[in-house]
Amino acid sequence: MALTKKQSDALARQTFEYAPAPESIDHVKIQPRYGLFIGGKFVTAHSRKRFPTINPATEQKLAEVVEADEVDVDRAVKAASKAFDSWARLPAARRARYLFRISRLIQERSRELAVVETMDGGKPIKESRDVDIPLSAAHFFYYAGWADKLEWAFPNRKPHPLGVAGQVIPWNFPLLMLAWKIAPALAAGNTVVLKPAETTPLSAMVFAEICMQADLPPGVVNIVTGAGKTGSLVVSHPDVKKVAFTGSTDVGKLIQRAVAGTGKKLTLELGGKAANIVFEDAPLDQAVEGIVNGIYFNQGHVCCAGSRLLVQESIAEPLLEKLKRRLSTLRLGDPLDKNTDIGAINSRAQLEKIQGLVESGIEEGAELYQPECVLPERGFWFPPSLFTNVAQSFRIAREEIFGPVLSVLTFRTPDEAVAKANNTPYGLSAGVWTDKGSRILWMAEHMRAGVVWANTFNRFDPTSPFGGYKESGFGREGGVHGLLPYLELS
Amino acid sequence: MDVRKTYKLFVNGEFVRSESGRAYRPDGGKVNVPRGSRKDLRDAVRAGRTAFPGWAARTAMNRGQILYRAAEMLDGRAAQFVELLGGGARSRRELDSAVETLVWYAGWTDKLQQVTGTVNPVAGPYFNFTIPEPMGIVGIIAPEDSPLTGLVRRLAPALCGGNVVVALAAESHPLAALTLAEVMATSDMPAGVVNILSGQRKELLPWLASHMDVNAIDAAGCSAGEIKAIEESAAGNVKRVIKIAEKEQSPYLIAAFMEMKTVWHPIGV
Repeated sequence: MALTKKQSDALARQTFEYAPAPESIDHVKIQPRYGLFIGGKFVTAHSRKRFPTINPATEQKLAEVVEADEVDVDRAVKAASKAFDSWARLPAARRARYLFRISRLIQERSRELAVVETMDGGKPIKESRDVDIPLSAAHFFYYAGWADKLEWAFPNRKPHPLGVAGQVIPWNFPLLMLAWKIAPALAAGNTVVLKPAETTPLSAMVFAEICMQADLPPGVVNIVTGAGKTGSLVVSHPDVKKVAFTGSTDVGKLIQRAVAGTGKKLTLELGGKAANIVFEDAPLDQAVEGIVNGIYFNQGHVCCAGSRLLVQESIAEPLLEKLKRRLSTLRLGDPLDKNTDIGAINSRAQLEKIQGLVESGIEEGAELYQPECVLPERGFWFPPSLFTNVAQSFRIAREEIFGPVLSVLTFRTPDEAVAKANNTPYGLSAGVWTDKGSRILWMAEHMRAGVVWANTFNRFDPTSPFGGYKESGFGREGGVHGLLPYLELS
Repeated sequence: MDVRKTYKLFVNGEFVRSESGRAYRPDGGKVNVPRGSRKDLRDAVRAGRTAFPGWAARTAMNRGQILYRAAEMLDGRAAQFVELLGGGARSRRELDSAVETLVWYAGWTDKLQQVTGTVNPVAGPYFNFTIPEPMGIVGIIAPEDSPLTGLVRRLAPALCGGNVVVALAAESHPLAALTLAEVMATSDMPAGVVNILSGQRKELLPWLASHMDVNAIDAAGCSAGEIKAIEESAAGNVKRVIKIAEKEQSPYLIAAFMEMKTVWHPIGV
């Protein structure tokens, strides 16, 4: 028997109580203090400066890490330089074996890594457990296989490693971004100095332990913790031959300027403001799931998040109704709870940035919708939010919010959808939902973005190249294309 | 008495004087060459942006035909170019090499995707493929020591993939590049796909490198100092700066002017 609208609304409003289902943390040992991982072991830093890394869901300190200074970074780069010759000369099949080993160790320690990732970064355990960690292991496994097959990747050319790669990664997918950086670099025969994000250094510390466990030759992987200053020391060190950065477009531009004229090879994976486009013939329930996954996955801390929803005018009303109803069922809270959909915002600074942009949206005249949602008292939280009445000129439609905030716009024709989707300096990703095959291909062709998800969103795979057009950066990570930034071809 | 030619800039398929009204005489010769300005460059970029979607949407075969047509037109004017390049066997070799380059890349338009694209075996029920797509507007700086072939070596791969080009002619020997514009104009190349400016490199290069609607700069013909300045300005809109060696002739060079796009679609749902 069909429900009346009144009944179904009542049902939608009803809150279900879920029994807590917290992931246990007793099997995880986080050290109170970490040194720097240089030359194959944790060493005492030259820098006396330390800073805490906290759990954003509780604001409790988890550990202290070093803010590496110039001497520390130099030491790490020297260790990597020293290791380079023998690593690059090692029979490629041996390099492959180390990478396979690392991949296996990540799998074996997956539960520990998932818990550490969730505690340090605030993301729901079901995401770190089902997405971040398995994809990290898969990335190492994929590139392990390339290490002794590079000659087959680039016809008519001989591949050579570059030397020391300086890599700076963000806080939204700490271990996965580490894997995206380190796996292809090592497979290609380079050595690395990696700086994890200042708010999420812990999974990189566990990874350092894994390198030791794998008996990876000393100096092949070096990890220095710190904030922006440390990162800039890594990228500007004269012995670093390759720079890879994932982060904001603003910082990416600074790095591009900093390495200008140095001959360093550069890849940048920067911000985005993806359009997720829903046509009137799309299966609406599937589209709603895709929209939710597109923007509320990982609290919207995703560079390729579908932060601009473009809905065909004729279905805007029913789609928004379904979407709002779905938002009211999202569970926000303890990231360690296995039922949690939306975890904690990564840091106070990020929370303030989201709040500021949301306020700008209200001031500029957009209409804010947030489901009823109780926020925990401690920690950093932001409810899943969506804006309607958004003009393309609003800041919330132009700037990357990097939070669980969706801007909804409408369109009438495919041409208008494409024009609006491309009306941004970014070009990282895009989504399209329609049942019409020829339209999918036409849309995919016309969207100026490096990744197009059709009737799906936010899918990742080590074999699938990822990276942006325009101000979303250059170079690709993943797939055979992801090897090129780490090789010189002769 | 011969009828002398007035050399002009090539912008949006038209031969125009510099809006600045300025000219210079390369090599202290008798020929006036327009000294292009920031505004000429702006017009060229605007023409390129307008032409880009149409050129990128041409079929690969059609772009190949047009590049081949350009080779035909260039070869047909061989004598004129040899003379412009100074005459003699060396100039003849340069001309032949430029023609050969156009023919070679004409044959790549419909093969690049097969060589650099991939179908990716993702671990899930998705069809996933990666294909090269043109970046958009590419700025090319012709090398001073190879004013024709040096330019064609970069122009051809950029056009091959579906990009449009704003090129700066060699400052000291601009006549070959400005005459190459006549070849482009008679090759069925749509207006705005190739734009060629003459003028002072130190005046135009900074505007080209900092222009917010230029997607990439090919810096093969540039000095180390110029490359540093280009890379600093390029950061303003995250331009790609391509530094592959001047003499490279390969699909890797075409790919350097391309973006890789990956498309996902579920299977079976």
